[in-house]
Amino acid sequence: MFAFIIRRFIQAALVIVIISIIAFAIKQNVGDPVRAITGISVSAAEREAMRDQLGLNDPVFIQYLRFSKDALHGDFGNSFFYKKPAVDVILSKAPATIELVFVTSLIVIGLSIPLGVYSAIYPKNLFSRFLMGASIVGVSIPVFLIAIMMIYLFSIKLGWLPSFGRGELVSIGGWDTGMLTLDGWLHLIMPSVALSSIMLPLFIRLIRSEMMEILESEYVKFAWAKGLTKHRVWFVHAFKNTLLTVITVGGVQLGITIAFTILTETVFQWQGLGFLFMEAVERADASLLVAYLMFVGIVMVGVNTIVDIIYGMVNPTVRITGVK
Amino acid sequence: MSRHIDNFKQSYLWYAFKRDKVAIASMIVLCILVFTAVFAPLIATYNPYDPINTDVMNSEIPPLWMEGGDSAFLMGTDAQGRDLFSTMVYGMRISLLIGVGAVVLQSVIGITIGLISGYFGGKLDSFFMRMADVQLSFSYLMVAIFFTAILQAAVGVGRFGEIAIPFLILVIGFSQWPQYARTVRASVLAEKKKEYVEAARVTGFGAGRIMWGHIFPNTLSPILVLSTIQVANAVMSEAALSFLGLGMPISRPSLGSLINSGFEYIFSGAWWITIFPGVLLVVLILSINLLGDFLRDVLNPKLYKG
Repeated sequence: MFAFIIRRFIQAALVIVIISIIAFAIKQNVGDPVRAITGISVSAAEREAMRDQLGLNDPVFIQYLRFSKDALHGDFGNSFFYKKPAVDVILSKAPATIELVFVTSLIVIGLSIPLGVYSAIYPKNLFSRFLMGASIVGVSIPVFLIAIMMIYLFSIKLGWLPSFGRGELVSIGGWDTGMLTLDGWLHLIMPSVALSSIMLPLFIRLIRSEMMEILESEYVKFAWAKGLTKHRVWFVHAFKNTLLTVITVGGVQLGITIAFTILTETVFQWQGLGFLFMEAVERADASLLVAYLMFVGIVMVGVNTIVDIIYGMVNPTVRITGVK
Repeated sequence: MSRHIDNFKQSYLWYAFKRDKVAIASMIVLCILVFTAVFAPLIATYNPYDPINTDVMNSEIPPLWMEGGDSAFLMGTDAQGRDLFSTMVYGMRISLLIGVGAVVLQSVIGITIGLISGYFGGKLDSFFMRMADVQLSFSYLMVAIFFTAILQAAVGVGRFGEIAIPFLILVIGFSQWPQYARTVRASVLAEKKKEYVEAARVTGFGAGRIMWGHIFPNTLSPILVLSTIQVANAVMSEAALSFLGLGMPISRPSLGSLINSGFEYIFSGAWWITIFPGVLLVVLILSINLLGDFLRDVLNPKLYKG
């Protein structure tokens, strides 16, 4: 087990190094730092002197080492638009995205488990078949389209819900939360429902197919033969093993969720990381792009490593062969 | 050729297809859409790329059946004064072109890597599969968003518009190869143990010939199922990228960029610019997904989960 964890950590570190190389490449190619500092009215000779002073004429490898040393100290340079260190900007916007993803996961977990288990236990039932039909329609509607249609219906036509922003915020030790005010919750409803619309069908289908497969397996048949009550077979024997797959796939899905937060936040102008990222792209704000890439990369690698280790703990075949 | 058709008519696939109303319906819808896209210049009433047909005075005209509709524009016009129906037809053409192109590219990369990985195994295999793991954990959409964003920031929006189609095909293709590689590798591992591969090896055939000539044809059914789903995914990714302003420019819009351009006008009541392309996009993706579901149920291959 120890060797397995070490191996996972080495792999995670390698991936982060690769991400940092990509981030470094972005920093090298997007925007010109000398221009950002000096403006236009500076002679070519002065520019060249400045390049030397900033170390921009050093070999690429040395520049990369300097970049990663700064990065390890959390220094990605200043965002030229916000005039603040990029990391500070990222951290000030992170709560919005974390709250959005948190509420979305509550919706997805709270609904997909009962619905998925129900449709696996009664696959021929009319409601289950409706659920399967609805989920394939759900998978086929892009998340931004659902968001737009919700805005059209609930904000423009009915006027029930606010269409953009986070509403009234309360600051607790630098964490701006919208979860303590009614207005904040009203603003949270549509973005989180839109974001869960893409994850929910996937999870329902996943739980259903996994659970159905397990209900066919030998040990479940044995449990029936022992004369256990049906609730015990379903929820203790079968469901526990279903969860195993759901945890692994859930970890992978986190990456997809973060990608979809970019779309959702753009539609609702939700002041989170995704919105920030799109702004940074429009402004070619290299430091911010790099900081976002590293932040998202570290979060994803971290989550995946933890999920892998948890999975390795509960499922010995993984850590022994090392292959999923 | 006629022998192949006879064979197909006796196959289980055709038998199941004839009995599945949903599959038939989605096949018909998909055929109509593809036909419309291929023959767009004949079907569209205007050429949306021709500036002659673009008149700002005509902008935001509602659909024919609504008050203020113009008989010249069946589904109304967009914000630039282009006929919405024609623009949608051309837009779907671009969406499908990018979708199919990206799937061709990712299948070529994915199948090659999958065959090599599965057949040779060892260090090469674990290297490729680790790479696939890492890329999958980032999700294809994230990878695609990132690379298009960086390129757009690097070359500027204007020049990006000119190279958007090939670039989107490249990015979406490269961001989704792991699904193919894993699926093909899994089938190769199963096929490799069978006698016919052993026989081919004993006969003295080279690795390339065994991989492509012998094993590859036997991995076709999972590839077929996967390709169907992946076309839907690629069309969806392209729409998402274009919606974010990272894809097709509004001068040559795909369905995603049309939805994006319409979104600005939805608050002023011009819902049709968003809703019509949106519905078309959903119908397109849904019909492909339903066919994919049907194929998966019938051919029942082992696909990589997640």
